[in-house]
Amino acid sequence: MDPDEYFNRTRMVIVAGKGGVGKTVLSAALARLAARTGRTALLVEVDGRNAVASLFDVAEIAYEETVIAPATDHTAAVRARSITPDTALVEWLDDHGMKLISKRLQRTGAIDVIATATPGIKDLLVLGKIKQLVVESDADVVIVDAPAAGHAMTFLRAPAMLAEMARSGPIHTQAHAVLEMLHDPRQCEVMLVTLPEETPVNELIDTAFQLEDDVGIQLAPVVVNGMYPVIDGLDTDLSNVDLSSVKSNLGAAKIAELRAAGDFRHKRSELQTSQRDRLADMLPLEQLALPYIFDADIGLEQIDELADALARAIEALDV
Amino acid sequence: MSSASFDELIASKSIVVLAGTGGVGKTTTSAVVALHAARAGRKVALVTIDPAKRLADALGLDELSNEPSRIDLTPDDQTTDKAKTTGELWALMLDTKSTFDALIHRYSADPAQADRILSNDFYSNISNALSGTQEYMAMEKLYELAEDGDYDLVIVDTPPSRNALAFLDSPNMLARLLDHWLYKALMTPTRKLLKASNLLLKQLSKVVGGDVVEDIVAFFQAFEGMEDGFKERSQRVMELLASDACAFVLVASARRDTTIEAAYLARQLADNDLDVAAVVMNRLQPDFVRLKRRPRAPEFEPFLQAHDELHALADREETHIESLLSQVASDPVVVRVPLLATDVHDLDGMAELQAKMFQT
Ligand SMILES: Nc1ncnc2c1ncn2[C@@H]1O[C@H](COP(=O)(O)OP(=O)(O)O)[C@@H](O)[C@H]1O
Ligand SMILES: Nc1ncnc2c1ncn2[C@@H]1O[C@H](COP(=O)(O)OP(=O)(O)O)[C@@H](O)[C@H]1O
Ligand SMILES: [Mg+2]
Ligand SMILES: [Mg+2]
Repeated sequence: MDPDEYFNRTRMVIVAGKGGVGKTVLSAALARLAARTGRTALLVEVDGRNAVASLFDVAEIAYEETVIAPATDHTAAVRARSITPDTALVEWLDDHGMKLISKRLQRTGAIDVIATATPGIKDLLVLGKIKQLVVESDADVVIVDAPAAGHAMTFLRAPAMLAEMARSGPIHTQAHAVLEMLHDPRQCEVMLVTLPEETPVNELIDTAFQLEDDVGIQLAPVVVNGMYPVIDGLDTDLSNVDLSSVKSNLGAAKIAELRAAGDFRHKRSELQTSQRDRLADMLPLEQLALPYIFDADIGLEQIDELADALARAIEALDV
Repeated sequence: MSSASFDELIASKSIVVLAGTGGVGKTTTSAVVALHAARAGRKVALVTIDPAKRLADALGLDELSNEPSRIDLTPDDQTTDKAKTTGELWALMLDTKSTFDALIHRYSADPAQADRILSNDFYSNISNALSGTQEYMAMEKLYELAEDGDYDLVIVDTPPSRNALAFLDSPNMLARLLDHWLYKALMTPTRKLLKASNLLLKQLSKVVGGDVVEDIVAFFQAFEGMEDGFKERSQRVMELLASDACAFVLVASARRDTTIEAAYLARQLADNDLDVAAVVMNRLQPDFVRLKRRPRAPEFEPFLQAHDELHALADREETHIESLLSQVASDPVVVRVPLLATDVHDLDGMAELQAKMFQT
């Protein structure tokens, strides 16, 4: 599949997974890839951590939409904005004729009582705000860097829960509007990401089934991030190698070190492959593999490298 | 860097709280520290939170529980030496809801009051879902086990939170709710407060529905007379955490994002006058000796590549570690633990980690 075709499929990609597996990095790479296909991408952050900012070398991601990577001759722009649960709740109350009370609720802290009394209300309102963005923004693709896995479930389940709880009234209306968006694959899909390690893979499998069963949202191919690139030849037995032709004589101890380094890499790599295979066995979704970047901390250059890898992986999908 | 050893530090404490962001190895580390102390002859209680399934299986923890159960410490393939331990390891997987329920039972005047609270929807929201509740109950369990006096050492794993305040502040969670003006307005209504709260409740009803508001009111009313007990208890938990008997161990991995988060946690602890007694840098690239001369044979190329890449990574890790330590003012014991070639989910893996952690 062409990346262009991929972004034609849906307006919004929600990136979800366990904490630390690379959601923010993947969201950034997806945004850059969309920009390369000529689509203006809007990256939405919902955890208020500003993690996207440092990747794009900007000071912060604000509530208002700002350009974080300008358009060039070959690519469209990437924009970003941050929507936090608190701002979503307050804005929603303002929009629903409760401006005065929302101020007062904030001041007195009673807003926490509401949030406690109505679990999921903040999540619903963040999603509601995102829906509004999708409708109003002129960005071509919206990428949502979702909260960590356990949270992603509560996040995406909130609308259905509240639709059931509130039988009428503004919450009810809002919940149904959001559910309609979540159920429409042309409007959005979820891209789950994991590391090729046991616990994150297990969590991804659970999340995938729950999303399908409880939320009924379309699932994109899953991303396996941080695969060690395979180095051929690590299974050579170095003790059999004739060293007489080698100018520098290493000595047994150094050779043992080299072998240990190779073995370690090889073992971790095998572990990764076995986790990836296990994921394939247990979850009938296509996989997109992204390489582990060894040589530098992740910045914009590495994001672009990962966007390249993502493009290749998407191209290799046979759909 | 403090010159004391990790072993000495743990030996000198009766409470150890492990803090850190998710995925760094907090749960694994707490289990290994507990194992080590038990093998050193102490009677240890370990409170784990959401352990990876295979680790839980290895410890024989198959369900959430409220009371610690005894763990068999005999490693699969070691029958001598270490098996002859005189210590004991008791562990539990924190059950947030039933810990909270027990607390309500303890402080209610009679079973009827407890029932009124336990059956209230607002209460079940708090006890099930509210962020901060898991932290609160971890601290509650810690207090309970420490007060119990039955254990030499209580080790508490914490939920993966970014916010140290989430658990420092958590014992105050309920106390704060009960300090809320809305609560006061309902319980000791002055005319002014009552008028304000009625208006508020009416508005709230429009947003979240009348039933929900009724639940809130009923919850607050059901708590009548219990607030002092809760406030006093949270006071005592904080005192315990601040005492010399307690040590905070910060677990981190050496990546930019996790060290930034760890530094943030350390700062929050410091702001609360709590010291980080030790920093465990976990999952570090194993240290392979550097080469002065490089063999130029094709067979060596892949090995050189692996070796170089791991070193590049190790070098970057070092800068992240330095950056973190420069931000931890309390002169902590620093423990470096390498990433093992495989995950840690049995007693043998834990023994391997124990050897690295305690240099045994
Ligand atoms: N493919 C990769 N190669 C190397 N490092 C990576 C890769 N993907 C993510 N990382 C690093 O892993 C850490 C977690 O990634 P991040 O995107 O912040 O995760 P999340 O948003 O899921 O918490 C960051 O330090 C990031 O730089
Ligand atoms: N030093 C280590 N070497 C190899 N794997 C490790 C090490 N420490 C932890 N792990 C693995 O990392 C994963 C996460 O560990 P865990 O203790 O569950 O983290 P946390 O409680 O911080 O989320 C587990 O699969 C565990 O086996
Ligand atoms: Mg992130
Ligand atoms: Mg854990």
